[in-house]
Amino acid sequence: MSSPADLLFYLFAAITIASAAVVALGRNILHSVFFLLVAFTGVAGLFVLLHADFLAAVQVIVYVGGILVLILFAVMMTRKVRTPEVSNEAVGLWRGLLLGATALVLLVRLILNSSWFGGRPVAGVPGPELTTVDGLGQSLLGGYLFPFEVASVVLLAALVAAAVLVRKEARGLDESAD
Amino acid sequence: MIGLTHYLVVAAVLFVLGLLTVVSRRNTIAILMGVELMLNAGSLNFVAFNRFAPGFPSAFDGQIFSLFIIVLAAAEAAVALAIIFAFYKINRTVDADAANSLMH
Repeated sequence: MSSPADLLFYLFAAITIASAAVVALGRNILHSVFFLLVAFTGVAGLFVLLHADFLAAVQVIVYVGGILVLILFAVMMTRKVRTPEVSNEAVGLWRGLLLGATALVLLVRLILNSSWFGGRPVAGVPGPELTTVDGLGQSLLGGYLFPFEVASVVLLAALVAAAVLVRKEARGLDESAD
Repeated sequence: MIGLTHYLVVAAVLFVLGLLTVVSRRNTIAILMGVELMLNAGSLNFVAFNRFAPGFPSAFDGQIFSLFIIVLAAAEAAVALAIIFAFYKINRTVDADAANSLMH
C-alpha cells in the first residue's frame, strides 16, 4: 500500500545510502568523489520530498556544482602517481566498522524508542502551495538578519584565509630558494 | 506512510558512514569528504524536523539552519583544501599519518 511518494523516498534513500557506502569503503578515491556526488544528489531528492525545494536547489548548486568540483580538483592535483589504484587506503577498517556499528545501533534505538513531540503521532502537514523561497527570504531578512550577516562575514574570512594560506606558502618557498 | 523516523534513520546511517570514512581513511581529502557526509546528515535532520514539526516560532527555522550548514560547509571545504594544498606542497603527500607540520 505504497504511494508513489513513498516509493520515491525509498528510491532516494537507497541511492543516498548505497553511494555513501561506496564513499566510505571504496578503494579508489576518484570513485569515492563521484559517488559522493550521487549521494549529495540523493539528499537533494529527499529535500524535495520534504517540501524544501529551494534547499534542494541550493544543495545541487553549492555541493554538487561547487564543493565537489573543488574536491575533485584537489584529488587530481594531489594524487600519487605511484599507487593509482590504491589511492584511498583505509587503516583500522575493522575498528572503524565496530565503532560505526555501535554508533548506528545506538542512534537507531534512540530514534525508534523516542516518543517524538510528547507521544503524539507525527503527521505530515501539507507544505506551502507554491515555493519556500518567499518564506525563506522573509526569515533571512527578518528574524535571522544578524546570523545572515555573520555568515557573509564568515564566508569572506574563509576566502581571505584560503588565499593567505596558499600565498604564504608560495612566499616561504621563494625565501627558501634565495 | 513515510514519517519522521524514516528520515531520521536515513540521516543516522548517512552520519555513521561519514564517521566511518573519517576514522578509517588516511587520505586527508577523503576525511574531508566524510565530514561533508556528516554535515549533510545533520542538514537532513533539520529539514525533516522542519517538515514534521513546523510552526514554532516560524515555519522555516529548520530550513534556515540547513542553509547556514551549507554555507559553513562551503567555507570549511575552502579552508581545509587550502591547508591540504599547503601541506602537499611541503610533504608531497596528503597522508594524514604524515601530517605533523605546515613548516619547512
